[in-house]
Amino acid sequence: MECRGLWKSYGAFPALRNINLELRRGRIIGLLGPNGSGKTTLIKLANGLLTPSAGEIRINDIAVGVETRKIVSYLPDCVCLPDWMRISELVTFYKDFYEDFSEDKANEMLANLHLDKNQRFKTLSKGNKEKVQLILVMSRKAQLYLLDEPMGGVDPATRDYILNTIISNYSPDAAVVISTHLISDVENVLDEVVFINQGDIVLHDSVDNIRGEKGKSVDALFREVFRC
Amino acid sequence: MSWDFDNDRPIYSQIIEHIKGCIVSGEYAAGEKLPAVRELAFEAGVNPNTMQRAFAELETEGLVHANRTSGRFITEDIGMINDLKNEIAGKAVTEFMYNMKNIGFSKDEVIELINKCDNMEGDGKDE
Repeated sequence: MECRGLWKSYGAFPALRNINLELRRGRIIGLLGPNGSGKTTLIKLANGLLTPSAGEIRINDIAVGVETRKIVSYLPDCVCLPDWMRISELVTFYKDFYEDFSEDKANEMLANLHLDKNQRFKTLSKGNKEKVQLILVMSRKAQLYLLDEPMGGVDPATRDYILNTIISNYSPDAAVVISTHLISDVENVLDEVVFINQGDIVLHDSVDNIRGEKGKSVDALFREVFRC
Repeated sequence: MSWDFDNDRPIYSQIIEHIKGCIVSGEYAAGEKLPAVRELAFEAGVNPNTMQRAFAELETEGLVHANRTSGRFITEDIGMINDLKNEIAGKAVTEFMYNMKNIGFSKDEVIELINKCDNMEGDGKDE
């Protein structure tokens, strides 16, 4: 994924200001920043849900559009699946939509998390809805995964399961972008981090470099950079 | 040994220390085949790239060697493993002596203390 001179304004308010960023395949990247810093805006631009006000964003050297959706798997920050469907129907729904979707993988993960496929989506708890959504997203064999707050509403044991899922799905051909506030939870699985603040990228470095040069965790650095 | 990481140091260097610990303790025997990078990464809860980097450094040091077709193996060089053992022991003693000096013990006093301590064969968790 590559952004060049990327701007996005909502009315007069600039949500992203001149973003230049290159994310490579085979890397797991943390997109970190305080509330309202532009994380979700950047992810939505990469997914084509928003269009840039200026500049460009390309994936696999293709401008974001219909073609890139085939290779991008997106987990939104809200629960937004048709809630009258049963879990099994949602699996079929995803299978119809995406060529790279693996039904077997989805069923395996659903079983691991003891989710009943006959349950209707709207009868699930908030955390279980998030789990189902993540399972659907991770069951695709995409080249770019955009996970917006994948662990916001789930318990710590499930967080571990989600992180393990990300590790075991690791592919040298795919990049995984995780936007989150739960830095200490994800820190061990990240290759690199992007700090974003008020629409600007303030830091883009590898976790090893940050720890090696600054002698502190990404979590500690985040608290320092974004002290209120 | 379980995987436990400090927050303030690069994980790959902690993995290197961990694997060296396993080699010295005999948990990984000389010449033994190591599990796959992906498998170990999953077990440790870290990124496969991080595990790969740790292995690359262990290979550079010669403690691990990779065979293109059959995987990665611990060195069969017992001399090298003994050197590593001495190196780790040296570091532990240096750190221990530093801490003892900080609380006011001289080297002779430390030695006397060690001789008096009859619980040396324990597992270090004798509370």
